[in-house]
Amino acid sequence: MRPSTRASAFADLAPVAEAPPATRLRHLLRGDVLRRASGKLGFACVAFVLGMALFGPLLAPHDPFAITGGSLIPPSAGHPMGTDALGRDVFSAVLYGARTSLLVAGAVCIIALVCGTVVGMLAGYHGGWIDDALMRTTELFQVIPRFFFAVIAIALFGPGLDRIVLTLGLTSWPILARVVRGEVIAMRDLDFIRAAHALGAPASHIVRYQLLPNVMPSIVVALGLLFGQVLLLEATLGFLGLGDPSAISWGMMAAQAQGFLRVAWWLALFPGLAITLTVLGVNLLADASSSARAVE
Amino acid sequence: MSARFIVARLLQVVPTMMAILIIGFILIHLAPGDPVLTLAGEHGDAAYYAFMRQRFGLDQPIPQQLATYVGRVVTGDLGFSYVYGRGTLRVIMERIPATLLLTGTALVISVFIAIPLGAVAAARPHGARDVGISAFALALYSSPAFWVGQIAILGFSLGLGIFPVQGMTSAGSSETGLAHAWDVARHLALPAIVLASQEIAVLVRITRSAMLDELPRDHIRTARAKGLSTVQALVRHALPRALLPVVTIVGARVGHLIAGAAVVEIIFGWPGMGRLLIASLQSRDTPILLGLFIVVSFTVVLANLLSDLVYAAIDPRIRVR
Repeated sequence: MRPSTRASAFADLAPVAEAPPATRLRHLLRGDVLRRASGKLGFACVAFVLGMALFGPLLAPHDPFAITGGSLIPPSAGHPMGTDALGRDVFSAVLYGARTSLLVAGAVCIIALVCGTVVGMLAGYHGGWIDDALMRTTELFQVIPRFFFAVIAIALFGPGLDRIVLTLGLTSWPILARVVRGEVIAMRDLDFIRAAHALGAPASHIVRYQLLPNVMPSIVVALGLLFGQVLLLEATLGFLGLGDPSAISWGMMAAQAQGFLRVAWWLALFPGLAITLTVLGVNLLADASSSARAVE
Repeated sequence: MSARFIVARLLQVVPTMMAILIIGFILIHLAPGDPVLTLAGEHGDAAYYAFMRQRFGLDQPIPQQLATYVGRVVTGDLGFSYVYGRGTLRVIMERIPATLLLTGTALVISVFIAIPLGAVAAARPHGARDVGISAFALALYSSPAFWVGQIAILGFSLGLGIFPVQGMTSAGSSETGLAHAWDVARHLALPAIVLASQEIAVLVRITRSAMLDELPRDHIRTARAKGLSTVQALVRHALPRALLPVVTIVGARVGHLIAGAAVVEIIFGWPGMGRLLIASLQSRDTPILLGLFIVVSFTVVLANLLSDLVYAAIDPRIRVR
């Protein structure tokens, strides 16, 4: 039997067993989150940064690596965010930096999403020794200080965005696994899951069509908070010079600003502002979704 | 607190620390190049490498190497730093007091600022003060520590000239006693506030939500009914219980605190473990880097242990999970 027919075979379960209205995710994101002031503001910030990442190269007035003027020119009409010590346009570099940050944070979140959901589902749904083994492993990974692990691993393996993604991904999934496991344990004895069992639905069906849609809103909130943390970590690693030297990142720009604090405040102000705006937007969205859920 | 709980919790520490050592061991062996270069750093000579190879049993089978490595670390032997010409553990230990001074001061500042702010915010949820405080906390939570530090230097040190820009003491100062302490305190103030801002961001949110959980409960209603004012009920009856999650969070955030301190030390030229970290990154002094990873990880494990024990001591409902 193909999965699609199997899905329809159990489709009329919901009214019988009073299932929590299946995925509220779309509804949650569209209506309740955007109705909140924090949700609107967060959405605006995130949309703005996404626009920068998508269209940055088109909008940038200059090549961020090209020398386009005198060195350390304060913000002016020609260079809205000034120029750096080599005479490169800071505004263009800030636009290009959005791509690096979002790519790294997005990739880390995908790793965390996949590993965290699989581990959390297995542990929560099976229980018993599988749960014990998986949760002990999760706790071990959670104890590792993320920042120091990333710094040491990248120092040993050489700088690069792929190493940042791998080390942060490897240490980020435990949060998600715990969220998923908690939700699944709270849900697995509810009537609509028992009803599905009673009707002979296989575990794969229950996980895919009953549990996953109902866990999704919690996953989105956790993922939003994680995205913000990873953005900050990526920026900090870039600040320490552990990013990809050929890809412009906001953290790397802030590190270059450190030597010119006395003479060029704009070098420090704008890259950090871009990071804060991005993280703030993501956190506002996550906050709005979690309070929208709490009301529900 | 039962002895059984303490013993059970203490025993959990052993496998965790073992796992951290295994991670360090795996990193050494996965790193590109000869493990002896990772273990001993790139600054040694052939005779030293031969000595280290033998000492860490690098010609032995892997399980035996792991046992040797664990044995070395457990007895406090974290290797030798060629850059500093001394044992790694000693180099790291010399930096701990400065980092401890910075993190300790920051922690005290953050607790004294964040808990009242969180309580005030919770007193009238969604009121003007709550919105202001919550927005402030969220903005801090969203800013990278290095940026807050740079902006603080631009504003308070270079702009207003209130605080010194860098270092732990004034250059060329040979003061002693109180004058020296005052000099250090002046240099400590700004980095400690910047580091505290990161903790304040989290603690305000935790205190606020813990207070909101307590406020609708019966014992608060009883306190109000017997004539206590809102403030009295909040401070005497809601706050003590709301502080329980704060204990856990402070313990759980020790890793973040040390990581934040590393960044703040680099920005402010504070001579602690963070400065050691960046210097060792630049000189590729791998024994120091691995040593820092192990020292920080063990500190995090012990801090979690401590906060669990404190939690169990002050909350009789929690004994064994």
